Amino acid sequence: MSPTEPTLPAEPAPLLEVRGLRKSFGDHHVLRSIDLTVRRGEVVTIIGPSGSGKTTVLRALNGLETPDGGEILFDGGPDIDFQYPVGSTHRYALRNRSAMVFQTYNLFPNKTVLQNVTEGPIRVKGTPKDVAVAEAEALLDRVGLLEKRDAYPFQLSGGQSQRVGIVRALALKPDLLLFDEPTSALDPELVGEVLQVMGELAAEGWTMIVVTHELSFARQVSDEVLFIDGGVVVERGAPAQIFTAPTQPRTAQFLDRLLRPFH
Amino acid sequence: MSVDWELFASSFWPILQGAIIGTIPLTLLSFTFGLFLALGIALMRLSHSRVLRSIGWFYVSVIRGTPLLVQLFFIFYALPNLGLLVDPWPSAVLAFSLNVGGYAAEVIRAAILSVPRGQWEAGYTIGYSDTQTLWRVILPQAGRVSVPPLSNTFISLVKDTSLASVVLVTELFRVARQIATFTSEFVLIYLEAALIYWLICLALGGLQGVLEKRLSRYVAH
Repeated sequence: MSPTEPTLPAEPAPLLEVRGLRKSFGDHHVLRSIDLTVRRGEVVTIIGPSGSGKTTVLRALNGLETPDGGEILFDGGPDIDFQYPVGSTHRYALRNRSAMVFQTYNLFPNKTVLQNVTEGPIRVKGTPKDVAVAEAEALLDRVGLLEKRDAYPFQLSGGQSQRVGIVRALALKPDLLLFDEPTSALDPELVGEVLQVMGELAAEGWTMIVVTHELSFARQVSDEVLFIDGGVVVERGAPAQIFTAPTQPRTAQFLDRLLRPFH
Repeated sequence: MSVDWELFASSFWPILQGAIIGTIPLTLLSFTFGLFLALGIALMRLSHSRVLRSIGWFYVSVIRGTPLLVQLFFIFYALPNLGLLVDPWPSAVLAFSLNVGGYAAEVIRAAILSVPRGQWEAGYTIGYSDTQTLWRVILPQAGRVSVPPLSNTFISLVKDTSLASVVLVTELFRVARQIATFTSEFVLIYLEAALIYWLICLALGGLQGVLEKRLSRYVAH
């Protein structure tokens, strides 16, 4: 191999780069300086104590929160530098790249399951109605909820609601799926059905950022784990390393408390 | 004292006619205009802009802080002095619309605030704009919550339209007053007028129930 020949990149190109993201609410610095790189097909899990800023990172990526500084750069745009005011064009472009699955599902209670899923494709993406309905039915079928297509959200269990929440996000065909503690509001016996769907999506190659307290799930599906505390990334690495040999005392302390709460 | 049933029967239709050509259209028009105005004022009060918020606040404060009768007199009797002559009917519709706008604005604002924040965010995450989220997600849910208090506003308005009689609009109460003055049967005629108002409001109360039931089909019981 001649020295002038370009070397092939060892990893796929990043889908998303976050640099120096900052956000304060009044005197409270929720994010101090967050850096993050996500490659296509990768699953990144963010763990950390409550109030550490992990949810704020997701919300900023989806344009639900406007950072005070730092950059969010998507491969193919938008590239946003938050030291300048963010226009609505940028905000829509940002939302267009990702879709959020919320802790409390946030399904539209006044719409049926099917309408919840097709609303975005039809009203925002301009997908023809018959196509959107067919796609939504296929997605509902794969999470085992096709029979609930005409039900209203109040008729669903928590696990079913969250699976609809995931389908609603998938129907937008985003490049990046954001999960904000998707199982935290669920009864313990319903957690499995949601994690199973998420595991399948990861295996299918969806790019995902997951904020979660489900450590065994994080360990199984993540390519990278970030431990965030006090608005900074304290430690990052492969799940095996983070969970078995954390290098930072704060990481070790956090994991210890989560794994042995009655210690 | 005996009841003059003949007069009761013969005056019933003219008074009801006053309701049909005056009270009812006056109420429907004013409520419709007032509701649009109220939505605008409510959105101003919820706006990020301080100027808009202040204007909304000022409007509600003035409307709620002054008597409806004074507002009506101002439009019909005072505006002509300023060179603005408004006919009886438009005066009444204008005054009642502005009044409903002020009261209903607070109802709508509260109803919008009662919809969880997560609903806005869910709208945003599927790519909706603020306006789309408002119309397709928030207002349908706020609408359900605001039916009982808006029904109050609506029923009050039915009765408030009797004030239009003082700016020469022919409506239920004006007809009743004319008949009462002419016959001197004040007890009978005013009871009759009250009865017709009450029947209209009873019907509206029934409609409210139907509407509430229809709008709550997606809520757990």
